[in-house]
Amino acid sequence: MNTQQIHALLLVAVIALVTAAIRFLPLLLFGRKGKTSSYLTDLGNTLPYAIIGMLVVYCLKDVSFTKPPHGLPEAASLALVAFLHLWKRNTLLSILGGTLFYMLLIRLV
Amino acid sequence: MKTEKESMGRKTKRVALLAFKRSIPVMGTYLTLGIGFGMLLEKNGYGVWWALGMSVLIYAGAMQYVAVGLLASGASVLTAAFTTFTVNIRHFFYGLSMLERYRDTGKAKPYLFFSLTDETYSLVCTEDTLQGADRKRYYVILSLLNQCYWICGGVAGSLLSGAGAFDSAGIEFSMTALFVTVFLEQWLSSDEHVPALMGMGISVLCLFLCGAEYFLIPTMLLTTVGLTLYRRQKRKGETP
Repeated sequence: MNTQQIHALLLVAVIALVTAAIRFLPLLLFGRKGKTSSYLTDLGNTLPYAIIGMLVVYCLKDVSFTKPPHGLPEAASLALVAFLHLWKRNTLLSILGGTLFYMLLIRLV
Repeated sequence: MKTEKESMGRKTKRVALLAFKRSIPVMGTYLTLGIGFGMLLEKNGYGVWWALGMSVLIYAGAMQYVAVGLLASGASVLTAAFTTFTVNIRHFFYGLSMLERYRDTGKAKPYLFFSLTDETYSLVCTEDTLQGADRKRYYVILSLLNQCYWICGGVAGSLLSGAGAFDSAGIEFSMTALFVTVFLEQWLSSDEHVPALMGMGISVLCLFLCGAEYFLIPTMLLTTVGLTLYRRQKRKGETP
């Protein structure tokens, strides 16, 4: 095993530990009492909405609108995902349809 | 005694079947995303054991995609820890809102909290048709099924890419598509659109101000402040 692999292993361990710690934290902090402050409950109810919005932007962060193809494959595929989802509300169909369409577009455009 | 045992077995079977039925959309999503992840990982020189290990130990879709970039660029431990924190901190709030529902789950509790991904959360946070022990079984079976799909996808993707089965360019769009569908689903199921718009607006703003590499942390901080102010405003409006 070379140093690069050891470093990669270390990164995986850190990522796993931080992820698990975040998920266990509510249990460790409030698990016993089972009562949370109304502020945290409210934040728990609104933040997931904001975070998903952020993740959509995160996925598109490297798309360039100034260089060809000006983010057109992304825009068209996103429109298809939205159309499919509003039409059928079938998560699987929307994801598969949009992704296959995108894969096709970047090969043609 | 015997009949009781039989009916228990049948009950479990019924709950398992229900959990499986509900998990079908996640199966498709996780197999697709998992395959994408496995392929991306393999392309960057990390084979099937990495895909398996990461999917078992980390089990976080978006973060595992980001992790491929971190591994490939040889990021520092601190960067990895900080990035994980910003990408996954939302899971803290999922756990927070599941405390009540997961209260009497006994030994399965740690795993249930560990396995609270976006998709699993979206299925367990709305379960109201089952009661007591049935509901607990449903949570456990569903959570396990979902992680199995994710692991299978990752391993399959790695093996497919290694075998040079097909050109996978563009498969990463499945993650974008997933979040857009979750976004739309949340939008349609709620009358309150301010948090979603705020998250998106602040992200775009921070992306322009701070650049693609550094915008997540300021976005998270500003969003938390924004939602706090929004809550205060709303409370003020509610008090007579």
